[in-house]
Amino acid sequence: MLLLLLGIIFLHLAALVLLFVSTIVSVWASSETGTSDLWKNCTLLSGGHQCSPASTGEWIQAVQAVMILSIIFSCLSLFLFFCQLFTLQKGGRFFLTGTFQILASLFVMSGAIIYTVMSPEWVLGTYSFGYSYILAWVAFPLALISGLIYVILRKRE
Amino acid sequence: MLTFLALTSVALLGIVPEQSQAIVIYTGWERHALVGSDVRLSCSFFSWRWTSEDVSFSWTYRPDGSRDTISIFHYTRGVPYLDNKGPFKDRLEFVGNPGRRDGSILIKNLDLSDNGTFTCDAKNPPDIVGRPSSVRLLVFENVPIQAGVITGAIIGVVLGLLVLIVVIYYLMRFLVARRVFSLSVRSVSGLWPAALCQSGFCQGLELKPEPIPGMDTCVAKLA
Repeated sequence: MLLLLLGIIFLHLAALVLLFVSTIVSVWASSETGTSDLWKNCTLLSGGHQCSPASTGEWIQAVQAVMILSIIFSCLSLFLFFCQLFTLQKGGRFFLTGTFQILASLFVMSGAIIYTVMSPEWVLGTYSFGYSYILAWVAFPLALISGLIYVILRKRE
Repeated sequence: MLTFLALTSVALLGIVPEQSQAIVIYTGWERHALVGSDVRLSCSFFSWRWTSEDVSFSWTYRPDGSRDTISIFHYTRGVPYLDNKGPFKDRLEFVGNPGRRDGSILIKNLDLSDNGTFTCDAKNPPDIVGRPSSVRLLVFENVPIQAGVITGAIIGVVLGLLVLIVVIYYLMRFLVARRVFSLSVRSVSGLWPAALCQSGFCQGLELKPEPIPGMDTCVAKLA
């Protein structure tokens, strides 16, 4: 029982950490000479990195908003899980926790999809997708599975 | 006491003219405009002297990425002289009021090549020592959205909807519980009239709303 609990919390925390890293580190597109998105574009010069704020298009702001919302919902879901763990009656299901976690995973998915479809408008052809983008795609199934587990899970004694 | 005041005032009057020889020129810091629109570049100055009849304004222009400055406007002795050979030929208009210390110009039909720095220099004889002030012109094809506006809007709307849903849920529960309570009060006919209850005589009765069966939420239990 304790093992199951620890496993579920570990899964949730893993998804949350991936979301944080994907949102904060600005490496959604990268090339040999620099990185760009989500918050700043950095180019590698002889003296070092030179960074400037990212382009202010509508789509990149939408991706920023959706990633931040997914972090907020995942944190809320973690808080609600601990809340419901101590107050739910026997046999009850963690519906609220699961709902918030699934919503968070949907937000990450829509953010990654928007970025995939719209980024050719402002990203040069020499740039390829960076590791933050890949982490966002990895966080999506982790969060989804975590949310589904919460919905199926029943509270024992 | 009076002589002391008189001496200090004379000293101040002696000091002030020495400091007032500097003329201070004010323009904007940056101007943003769309391609094809008009922009008004304002220039005014502060001087301790009265506005003389020989007041003069002159504007010079330095394109972005270039080191050469070119004169585009000069006003002196009541006559404005506009650019008739340079990049702003037939596009300049003098809209200032030299009597009110305003030497603003209007540039019409902007183009992307008009990006650059405009410098205004004003002279109010005998007040001629001063620093010219520059304003940077940025011409855009379409108005860029400020960073963070859409981000904040999306986050705000979603969180607002969340708060709204929670409030409506609790409101519904409160209303349903109140209706259940008032129904049960009426069924105990006459012993505990609602008026007595409202004035605080119903200590034995529980006024906490009953949770709807099957919808146990931890937040309700905490409440």
